[in-house]
Amino acid sequence: MIEFRLNGVSVQTDDTPDTPLLWTVRDSFKLKGSKYGCGAGLCGACTMHLDGQAVRTCVLPVSAVAGKDVTTIEGLGTPEAPHPLQAAWEASSVPQCGYCQPGQIMSAAALLASNEDPSPQEVEVAMAGNICRCGCYPRIKQAILDIAKAGQEASA
Amino acid sequence: MNAVSYSRRGFLQTAGVAGGGLVVGVSLAGCGGSSVPVFIGEPGSLVPNAFLEITPENLIRFVCPRDEMGQGVTTGLTTLIAEELDVQPNQIDILFAAPGREYANPAMGIQGTGGSTSMTGHFTQLRQVGADVRQLLRSAAAQDLSVPVSEISTEDAHVIVRGERHPYGNFVETAKALPVPEETPLKAAKDFKYIGKDFPRLDGIDKATGGTEFGVDVEVPGMLRAVVRRSPVIGGTLKSVNKDAAAAMPGVSHIVEIDAGVAVVAEKYWQAKKAAEKLDIEWSLPELANVSTASLKADYQTAMDEQEGDSTAEQGDLPAGFETAKSVVENDYWTPFLAHAPMEPMNAVVHVDGDSADVWCGTQGIVMARGIVSRVANLDAANVRAHSTYLGGGFGRRATLTHVAEATQISLATGAPILVLWSREDDMKSGVYRPASLVRIKAGVNSEGQVTAWDTKRVGGNITPELVKSALPIMLPKAIPDGVINWASNVVEGAMDGWIIDSLSVEGLFEDYDFPNRAVHHVTKDHGLPLAFWRSVGHSFTAFAKESMIDELAEQSGIDAVEFRLRNMRNNERLANVVKVAGEHMHTMQPAAGHHLGFAAHHSYSTDVAEVAEVSVDNGTIRVHKVLCVVDCGIAVNPDVVKAQMEGSIMFGLTAALYGTIDLNNGEVSQSNFHDYPILRMNEAPAVEVVIIDSDAHPTGVGEPGLPPIAPAVANAVYAATGQRLRSLPLKLA
Repeated sequence: MIEFRLNGVSVQTDDTPDTPLLWTVRDSFKLKGSKYGCGAGLCGACTMHLDGQAVRTCVLPVSAVAGKDVTTIEGLGTPEAPHPLQAAWEASSVPQCGYCQPGQIMSAAALLASNEDPSPQEVEVAMAGNICRCGCYPRIKQAILDIAKAGQEASA
Repeated sequence: MNAVSYSRRGFLQTAGVAGGGLVVGVSLAGCGGSSVPVFIGEPGSLVPNAFLEITPENLIRFVCPRDEMGQGVTTGLTTLIAEELDVQPNQIDILFAAPGREYANPAMGIQGTGGSTSMTGHFTQLRQVGADVRQLLRSAAAQDLSVPVSEISTEDAHVIVRGERHPYGNFVETAKALPVPEETPLKAAKDFKYIGKDFPRLDGIDKATGGTEFGVDVEVPGMLRAVVRRSPVIGGTLKSVNKDAAAAMPGVSHIVEIDAGVAVVAEKYWQAKKAAEKLDIEWSLPELANVSTASLKADYQTAMDEQEGDSTAEQGDLPAGFETAKSVVENDYWTPFLAHAPMEPMNAVVHVDGDSADVWCGTQGIVMARGIVSRVANLDAANVRAHSTYLGGGFGRRATLTHVAEATQISLATGAPILVLWSREDDMKSGVYRPASLVRIKAGVNSEGQVTAWDTKRVGGNITPELVKSALPIMLPKAIPDGVINWASNVVEGAMDGWIIDSLSVEGLFEDYDFPNRAVHHVTKDHGLPLAFWRSVGHSFTAFAKESMIDELAEQSGIDAVEFRLRNMRNNERLANVVKVAGEHMHTMQPAAGHHLGFAAHHSYSTDVAEVAEVSVDNGTIRVHKVLCVVDCGIAVNPDVVKAQMEGSIMFGLTAALYGTIDLNNGEVSQSNFHDYPILRMNEAPAVEVVIIDSDAHPTGVGEPGLPPIAPAVANAVYAATGQRLRSLPLKLA
């Protein structure tokens, strides 16, 4: 039995230790916001936060999260109380098909948590692991920079 | 707006839509006729037609007839309803239609989503629906409030009478008894409140918070998950399998042999996946196993050199045209097979339960999903409830639904609701592909920079016969046995080979310029790799050949690339205008040192697009920094959605221009995942500026037309940067 915290709630699973965290979250805890895209850590659709760091959960065994904090897109915000990035995603019509966007937003949120004023190049580096087949990159980049700027102005 | 989760809807509800409400599809023999589909709505609601429901609480629901794969169709079509019904678009709940004749795309006559036709097809129809229902509500209000209809205006889902606001819902009961008006006059463009205006996409917040339900997210009580092992070469069949090791793995409930291969069924996906790896399988390989990319290309080249091909479009006198040419240029252009690689791999949920079944799927053709379940499970279509979900990318891939057949066979064998989920590797190696193409263009140009002769030939496989073949089992009545269908399928393929030119194979080679003497020939070469629509279809390869050649001819003539195009498209005003506007922008662009510009234009899906790519080449690496896109798509119903589609098409086209290739090695697809089939990433993505031409013309396509010009625009810029003409995709410098 492996125990960890999922969006602030203590949970335990009897999934085999090699089960990728993504599948434990999707199949055992039925949280479907985190997506399967490649199963090889190549596309970022499965990105969650592990103790605040963005991680590719399609290749992260659930055994590696024992005792740790896991946050999924559902834990980041809701339509009623969205994270600023989620609100920006809506306002700027960032998503197209939307399948990769939970992973995009989790990567972006981890970036802003560690670097509240990233340069455009820093955004590109941080987001290079997240593929968007619809090609929403210009909007994703702009929305992150907008939120960073808004955060700067709010704290100034 | 929320795609209400299945568990919230309750399992036993006979809903036919993802998202609440109640749509009962009825028998639709293939693509043929049907009786009226009954969209029931909630008890007490006004349901004046197949598209709208208004509840007494003033909730407004729109049954969206088209599939949302990211192209913004839910926002777009809701805008049409909202405009004429006089409701804010974001106050309308959206459901996806179950199969039903009313939900056919008027532009195609079938219930499918593709060909960049949704807005052009529904623009008048859905505004009319909104206008008629608004008129109905005004009449009901006039009756209830005893005032003349002429004194009743509307605003934001309210009837306004003498300054008082009454919710539409108040008049539902009365409206139910009144006839639904027809042909109510539509608004004049100058009165539009929502059409042509920008507001956020309606599906944005759900997609940003993880709440959107895709096919892969469907959860049905008792559902099991299946992983299928398929032949490494597409079309291979099972020779033998040893299931022992797989059967001993934890969680495995069934191992089922199906047409596609062997399915391992377990409670959870990872269990099924791990166990499937333990299957020991021998395959009988098809003829395709003798084909590798090199041999295929050689076959294409031989066909190009030795076969004249079938003549399709022809105009003027080619030999005379070449006589008057000052110079003649001839080139071959190669474009490879491509995978669609939508971010959501193929999946479907099917539950065959006695004499009825349910299918949940994100698809570009929910009627096809129902047809497949009906045929495979031998059930009347009327007893198959088909539920559409959001699509995690389409691009043509979700018009082919072999995964639905797999899920049906597994559900039949197990009795359980089954989710079949393909891995990324499955999607890359066992999928359907954009056809590879070899295009030859021989062109002559005179001293005035006019193209006097334009002779083209395309070698490759065709999509249409393949689609007809795969659609036959669904379209034909259930009483026709499979053997007959297989025979008919092969007849179709044979019959279409040789005497019918599949227009999808040559579209775009002939149409854009007014060359006086021109011809298109076609040689079919099909090695058996399954082919499919791929975003912009034939235009995705013809535009590369055509616009690369035009650039070369302009240079031969010593004429500016924009001016050269304008001289040769005097009869094509709308395309000429986007060329002119893009050219004006191009001449004001100031590329950074070491950056170079390339130009291309193309007409597809009734829309005209010109693009300018700003490119640098550093140590052989091509980098696209900026793209300017000028588009004329008639009325831009949602201008920001149009921009997003141009941005997205450019990124999709750049992946193909810079990286994309599907290769065959002894019949097996060589690529398997994003490490060897790379997709453009943010650090490689250009800035995109989109200019939409003001227009009051009927809307035309938007989802695809932004793609065709990008590869030639980049290739032409690479030539400007390096002096190398690259005539194969993906672009690789020598």
